[in-house]
Amino acid sequence: MNPLDFLLEPLGYDFMVRALVTSVLAAVVCALLSCWLVLIGWSLMGDAVSHAVLPGVVLAYVVGAPFALGAIIFGVLAVVLIGAVRSPGRIKEDAAIGIVFTVLFALGLVLISVTPSQTDLAHIVFGNILGVSTADLVQVAILAVVAIAVLLVKRRDLTLYAFDPTHAHAIGLSPRLLGAILLGLLAVTAVVALQVVGVVLVVALLIIPGATAFLLTERFGRMLVIAPVTAAGSAVTGIYLSYWLDVASGGMIVLVQGVLFAIAFLFAPRFGVVSRLVGAGRSRAATAP
Amino acid sequence: MTAAIAIDALSVRYGDVIALDDVHLELQPGRVCALIGMNGSGKSTLLKSVVGLVRPTGGTVLVDGESPARARRRGAIAYVPQSEEVDWRFPVSVRDVVMMGRYGRQGLTRRPRAEDRAAVAEALARVDLADLADRQIGRLSGGQRKRAFVARGIAQDAGILLLDEPFAGVDKPSEATIVRLLRDLAAEGRTVLVTTHDLAAVGALADEAVLLLQRVLVHGTPAEVLTPENLSRAFGLETDGKGAL
Repeated sequence: MNPLDFLLEPLGYDFMVRALVTSVLAAVVCALLSCWLVLIGWSLMGDAVSHAVLPGVVLAYVVGAPFALGAIIFGVLAVVLIGAVRSPGRIKEDAAIGIVFTVLFALGLVLISVTPSQTDLAHIVFGNILGVSTADLVQVAILAVVAIAVLLVKRRDLTLYAFDPTHAHAIGLSPRLLGAILLGLLAVTAVVALQVVGVVLVVALLIIPGATAFLLTERFGRMLVIAPVTAAGSAVTGIYLSYWLDVASGGMIVLVQGVLFAIAFLFAPRFGVVSRLVGAGRSRAATAP
Repeated sequence: MTAAIAIDALSVRYGDVIALDDVHLELQPGRVCALIGMNGSGKSTLLKSVVGLVRPTGGTVLVDGESPARARRRGAIAYVPQSEEVDWRFPVSVRDVVMMGRYGRQGLTRRPRAEDRAAVAEALARVDLADLADRQIGRLSGGQRKRAFVARGIAQDAGILLLDEPFAGVDKPSEATIVRLLRDLAAEGRTVLVTTHDLAAVGALADEAVLLLQRVLVHGTPAEVLTPENLSRAFGLETDGKGAL
């Protein structure tokens, strides 16, 4: 087969074009957000919020409201509940997160089962990127653009919040507000990514690109380039592979991201396992008598 | 003259734990004050009360005669955190960190203007880190790290600098450099409040010292404060054997 056909044939189908555009948008916005999440240590929080939005999405569907609205409400509710469960001090934070998000996710599953609709459980849980409609695409695009705009406008404040919230407070900014902005964006982004990979794998898009970028650079500005580029590349590669190998596209996108992470983990110039071993060997040789 | 920091009947409780109890303390501008006490004596809590990070259970804190919230919005307070509170792998350069001192004075996106760059360059030169400005913050020595955060306070042009354990993990030559720097900043009229349990540094550093154990035990010149009797009250019975004295 002509190699060009490998790239062009899938583009002959509208659903493939929509799948590519949607997954690249979702991957890029998740990747940008992931740069802050991995630095703050909010990976588990990302997992929690992305699962906890499920009942919000279902209820929004029932009343005909935008998915994002339901998602934000339940994302915030999850964060508030986690704080409430943890604050008396008996239950540790990881347990509080685990309890709240699984129970909210379960509520979402139950709601889906009683909702007379075409909301297909499998599509929400595992994503339905090949079934994205033009309306879905428009919604994803609007949410992604809003989230990216907020992230880029507030990026220095958010980085300050991640690095030194005490200083943010000391110069009159509100760390609480900045944290709330990030959590709101997390909820919005979860909705975007849900279309592509489903609730279960959203957290992958929200962690892996940032973690990969963090292995490759010591400059936050470069992380904000590397993460979305690797994520967009993974999305395109994953979709093509899923087309030609006839396998699950959401899963394939995350697999490609995982492979890129593994490569960075092993071979990153400074922080990779291999270069660390080589560096350790060199310094041992240098200090040997 | 308005006190730089005026603390009146301050009490702070965390649940059942009393961190500070009826603390009175006034600091004049242009002075370096060392806050001395053992772990759990309330030193950090006192600093955090000045910057408004902990809510007083009772009493008041005034900074330049106004509430800490107003002083923060003016950019009057700089806070240098303990080393353990900082993620040293964070992907920011020394220059980035110092630039964060300017954020309160910048527009919505904190895009640096020429005057911000100039202030940062000047602050870096002041603490002798101009050559290392592009290094990742964790690739500095303990003393250089502290100076980077002090430079952030200088770039902020804060009148009040609060430093939590600035000499922890810092070697002796660097300690002397930091002491000189803080003395210079006080000579410009800034107020410097430092927590430390490194008693050896206090004499060279501070104009006044405070011994803290939930309340102010003594407040005076370092010579007045650092007597064996006072120290045994503040630290219990560990004053005789320890080399730190």
